[in-house]
Amino acid sequence: MDVREQHLDALQDIRKMMQRSSRFISLSGLSGIAAGIWALIGAYFAHDWIEEYYTNYAHEGYTGRNFTGLRTNLFLLASAVAGLALITALYFTWRRAGKNKLPLWDHTSKQLVINTVIPMITGGLFIIAMLQYSEWRFVAPACLVFYGLGLVNGSRYTLSDIRYLGFSEIALGLINTQFIGYGLYFWAIGFGVLHIIYGFVMWWKYERNPDSKN
Amino acid sequence: MAANNPIAGLNKIFDNRIRLGVMSILMVNEEINFNDLKQMLEVTDGNLATHLQTLEESGFIKVQKGFVGRKTNTTYSVTKAGQKAFNDHITGLEKMIRGIK
Repeated sequence: MDVREQHLDALQDIRKMMQRSSRFISLSGLSGIAAGIWALIGAYFAHDWIEEYYTNYAHEGYTGRNFTGLRTNLFLLASAVAGLALITALYFTWRRAGKNKLPLWDHTSKQLVINTVIPMITGGLFIIAMLQYSEWRFVAPACLVFYGLGLVNGSRYTLSDIRYLGFSEIALGLINTQFIGYGLYFWAIGFGVLHIIYGFVMWWKYERNPDSKN
Repeated sequence: MAANNPIAGLNKIFDNRIRLGVMSILMVNEEINFNDLKQMLEVTDGNLATHLQTLEESGFIKVQKGFVGRKTNTTYSVTKAGQKAFNDHITGLEKMIRGIK
């Protein structure tokens, strides 16, 4: 190996180490697509149930039992969607980390999780507090805004596309504040459509050709 | 002839792949612990410890010993001198490559 090649090698090593140690690059676009699909399925059911509730409401009037039932069902549905999205996201990311021969749980994924979760837990508690006072109108916008903030905050430790997904979620959440009552639609766009679009873009950019390393 | 000497910025300490790796990682991370370094560089405990000691003795990295529960948790971070030496080294490498071309 001549001297020049040796130095080029050293520079490449430096670059690789700097990137690998500061950003979690195994996040899979397929995770986003899967999460988006779960969200759309969830939104479909939620829409159905809410419609049914209002039909009954028109016929029988307000019954506390119906309302509590709907609230519980929606809560369970949201938890199921979040759980399924998380499991599939972990699966695809685990698979990709294996292909890259990188660990799934390392310094960078730890940083990514911690930084994403801080705004999201804050948002979760904030939303619970709103519900405590029966303030349901801003639940969907708050979900989107806090989720977006989480992504923007965490994006420093992963692929830069996540930053733009975060901005999109925040913008959508803020627009939603002007269209109260359409929360479910915004929710479906934010957690369903946007995830699928960004997931596809990320898959296209980084995973389509398994040989091209980003 | 110092001004024209392409090797001027190059630092002997960074000749080693592991020491260069440690510095690269510390340049982009505020602080990092021993196990994470080991995992990223794929080296053995003893090997890494020796190189970390060399870097510490040169004044390029700082060592902070702490505890997580009962376990010791040693973290490393880069010093001002280390940053300068590393940047000079990269500039040196670039000059070398351009010079030889």
